[in-house]
Amino acid sequence: MKAHGKVHKYGDNVDTDVIIPARYLNTADMQELAKHCMEDIDAEFASKVNKGDIMVAKSNFGCGSSREHAPASIKASGISCVIARSFARIFYRNAINIGLPIIECDEAAEKIEDGDEVEIDFESGVITDITRGESYQGQSFPEFLINIINSNGLLNSLK
Amino acid sequence: MGMTMTQKILAAHAGLDSVKPGQLIMADLDLVLGNDVTTPVAINEFNKAGFDSVFDNEKVTMVMDHFTPNKDIKAAAQCKQCRDFARQYKIRNYFDVGDMGIEHALLPEKGLVAPGDCVIGADSHTCTYGALGAFSTGVGSTDMCAGMAKGKDWFRVPSAIKFNITGKLPEYSAAKDVILHIIGMIGVDGALYKSMEFSGEGLKNLTMEDRLCMANMAIEAGAKNGIFAVDQVTLDYIADKVTKDYKIYEADEDAEYDAVYDIDLSQIRPTVAFPHLPENARTFDQIGDIAIDQVVIGSCTNGRIEDIRAAASILKGRKVADGVRCIIIPATQKVYMQAMKEGLLEIFINAGCAVSTPTCGPCLGGHMGILAKGERAVATTNRNFVGRMGHPESEVYLASPYVAAASAVTGKISQPSELTD
Repeated sequence: MKAHGKVHKYGDNVDTDVIIPARYLNTADMQELAKHCMEDIDAEFASKVNKGDIMVAKSNFGCGSSREHAPASIKASGISCVIARSFARIFYRNAINIGLPIIECDEAAEKIEDGDEVEIDFESGVITDITRGESYQGQSFPEFLINIINSNGLLNSLK
Repeated sequence: MGMTMTQKILAAHAGLDSVKPGQLIMADLDLVLGNDVTTPVAINEFNKAGFDSVFDNEKVTMVMDHFTPNKDIKAAAQCKQCRDFARQYKIRNYFDVGDMGIEHALLPEKGLVAPGDCVIGADSHTCTYGALGAFSTGVGSTDMCAGMAKGKDWFRVPSAIKFNITGKLPEYSAAKDVILHIIGMIGVDGALYKSMEFSGEGLKNLTMEDRLCMANMAIEAGAKNGIFAVDQVTLDYIADKVTKDYKIYEADEDAEYDAVYDIDLSQIRPTVAFPHLPENARTFDQIGDIAIDQVVIGSCTNGRIEDIRAAASILKGRKVADGVRCIIIPATQKVYMQAMKEGLLEIFINAGCAVSTPTCGPCLGGHMGILAKGERAVATTNRNFVGRMGHPESEVYLASPYVAAASAVTGKISQPSELTD
């Protein structure tokens, strides 16, 4: 499986309150929430994101609240994968549980720039920045988590 | 190799003799929690997956606290969905307007969490119950759904950072100052994926309410959980609350820690976390004149009776400054009642404060005290992210109830020692 798209780049400590502000959490309709995704730090995000695009950020992505609405609204906005140096732990497990691909990679988080065209091979964990002509090796998941991911999320893996 | 307190609890709940950091396990759960924002997502998943029962109707709890009393029609619909589900599956510990409180103040008060428990909650501040010597961590709604249906969830066993507590807090320094100091020291990802274990001879000088406040903010350092060694303070607290059996776990003498920090409580000074991260901790020698528009005293961090008493001790016989709105939110009905009996509500109202029924409300920018563009608040809450309490260009400064109350009186960020009369 591969992802291919344009990059939306952010910095350190992107928190769940800016990913999806709590003022919109009076609904669990993820398509509706996607309209407000990233609104407080990137007001244009919802209008410029295209299906398959990739989000890249630095350290501690998704810190703060446990709201699953955060990875779910990113997924519903069309983002195919989030790459970061590190993820906050609740965001990390929420992403796995709902089937939003995420990859930890220091080099990619550092070098990839906003607007770059990037391709990701999920099997090998290789991230290719087509704009820059460079490739980076992302961290692979342990087998335990691959089983959850391959079952298409936690609930299916428990059945 | 010895195990930390957290590792021992996880091993026992996974049916294993021992676990190692990084190991992925399935563990049995003693309690599964959700609120009015996260539970609807879990219910949708529950129904989609075709589950037809909860694993134990006494071990699932739901608290309607975030957007309640219902702030709008959509919020009302979300609560109704939770209420209907709770009725259908006979969820015993479902708490709604009138008997609810802010979840992390309410559950310990109700005796629903005991030492040694393994708890998940679809709310990041579920780490609060570590104060009682339980393993307790925030998860998402899909985890909550799996927990409700199966009574199990997956965990990556964390390594730990140890905080060796000594000494005693000076007057007007609070547990909030301790945890803000620690987050300032290690950063918002300083404990990422790890446990924060608190022990040492100074623990005896921290009340259960102090511990609940500190464990509550472990997540703000990125931690999986915060946990306190169980001692007489714990046992005294649970004595008239917890009726179920429980087990006390202690860290092994030879447990390994990624780092050990010594925290001398006597050195802790009133501390304020500046926008927009809880790690931006400053003491008053680094704070100039900062005018404020609003003060919020409450939340799962600082809405308990000792917090309300601390605020009242400052506001007694004083007035909230002109142009400042001061909102006091006792965290539970029991706290509200106690404050009323002690005459604290009268002190607040005489000072010109608004006093609210329990709600998370303004802490997460839901309702009951939203900030306009450019406004500043001092709050005893736990997060000061961009837009957390309202407009993306508003600001939240995190502080203790003492500092928040003193700031309400002066109209600028202040500590109690600045009050002259």
